Amino acid sequence: MNIHKLITDIEKVDPEVYERLDSRRSAVSQFAKIGGKLALAAVPLALGGMFKKAYGQGNSTIVGVLNFALTLEYLEAEFYTRGAAAPALVPVGTPAVGAINTIRDHENQHVNFLKTAISSLGGTAVAKPTFDFTARGTFPTVFTNYDVFLAVAQTFEDTGVRAYKGQAGALISNNDVLTAALQIHSVEARHASHIRQMRQARNTGISIKPWITGKDTGGIGSNVQASYDGEEITTQAGVNILSFVSASAASESFDEPLSRSAVETIVAPFIV
Amino acid sequence: MKRNSSGISSAEQTPDASVIHRRKFLASLGLGVTAAAVLASCDKDDDNDNQAPAGFIDLGRGDVGILNYAFALEQLEAAFYTRVIASQYSGITPAEVALLTDIRDHEVAHREFFKTALGSNAIPGLEVNFAAIDFSSRTSVLNTAKAFEDLGVSAYNGAGKLIQSADYLLLAGKIVSVEARHAAYIRDLLSNGTFADNTAVDMNGLDLVKAPPAVLDVAKSFLVSKLWAGNLPTS
Repeated sequence: MNIHKLITDIEKVDPEVYERLDSRRSAVSQFAKIGGKLALAAVPLALGGMFKKAYGQGNSTIVGVLNFALTLEYLEAEFYTRGAAAPALVPVGTPAVGAINTIRDHENQHVNFLKTAISSLGGTAVAKPTFDFTARGTFPTVFTNYDVFLAVAQTFEDTGVRAYKGQAGALISNNDVLTAALQIHSVEARHASHIRQMRQARNTGISIKPWITGKDTGGIGSNVQASYDGEEITTQAGVNILSFVSASAASESFDEPLSRSAVETIVAPFIV
Repeated sequence: MKRNSSGISSAEQTPDASVIHRRKFLASLGLGVTAAAVLASCDKDDDNDNQAPAGFIDLGRGDVGILNYAFALEQLEAAFYTRVIASQYSGITPAEVALLTDIRDHEVAHREFFKTALGSNAIPGLEVNFAAIDFSSRTSVLNTAKAFEDLGVSAYNGAGKLIQSADYLLLAGKIVSVEARHAAYIRDLLSNGTFADNTAVDMNGLDLVKAPPAVLDVAKSFLVSKLWAGNLPTS
């Protein structure tokens, strides 16, 4: 591979290739450092990453991802806003009130943040859909039965974590957007952990950990199985995690992504 | 080769903008045109990388450097929880034993994953310094755990943009959400409801983010081994 020729060729169609690549210079100089066969094998991969960073996805792709995220945040924000306001749902005088309010506020902050980000990229934020939190009758008591409310909350949070994770690669060309998306992603994981602890504290006889074991729904059942399918894997980047820890720990120690289409299928019943 | 652009002869110094760009670009890499030819053949080392000070462990460059950075943090966490489970604090509940054992196993899984994935590029095992932690005290242990978990979340969030490979970015994403689940649990053990309070989440609903030097500055008080991040990417 002749990198010099490659860059010169690109320059013929893009005179600004050097400026684009300039911010990636540490990656380029890395090639010179690594020697031998390993380097030869690594160069195409690393070059691919470098050009992806330099050219990457256009703003339209990024705006598309952010609008996808915004739809999920609209869903969560309205869910918690309505749940917090529903009479006799969240037990009055318990720490649950503060927790639900905290999560509600974060989801509304995410909505506003994403709207601002989209417009600053020159995009147009999608409008808030009309939601049906019974999921067309699957959860008819979602705002009257606290356990059902928490079960739906857990599903939204765990699904949200997987949704952001699945989009990280599509944001790799924009450092600021990627970082913000990661910052939202881990907040959703904090929420998921706490909602799971709230469900565990209900003492329903089902063991619910702050993390996802296998593809277990935590007793919610087949209605939400699609949000957990795929979480059970125990091999990461070709490394068998079962060599180090139990099957439970191996699946728990890595959360798995979901594709945009898988997430859209999961949330479709909640959107009118 | 030294950082210069002496490989460009005066005959090449035309006013053509693209040539200047190319020269500037290659020079910024510490490479002249000759150097680029060497680079193209991929058969020689470049010795103009930064050298770690004596006694320091160089995390490395590029994605390997970031993976070693993560490996270092996972070593620290795994060593900590291994001690927590081996010498449990007084008053520990069965539920706490169960979930802190889970966390230990998750951190061991992360550590061993990075060690295996990095292979011969992995930094050595680190020597930790837990002298400041009272492992018999619930407060001491959980406050340290909280610091480590929040640090881990902030570190992975800050490292994402430094990663070149989408595959490695996804792997970091798979791990950081588990660290965030840990962080929320530990925080709630210390004070229920603090899983995502305003010491972790800002007014935009965004979690902690820290660049490697800031993270390593916190980590160093728990390490005898000295880490050096001078070759890590910064953007």
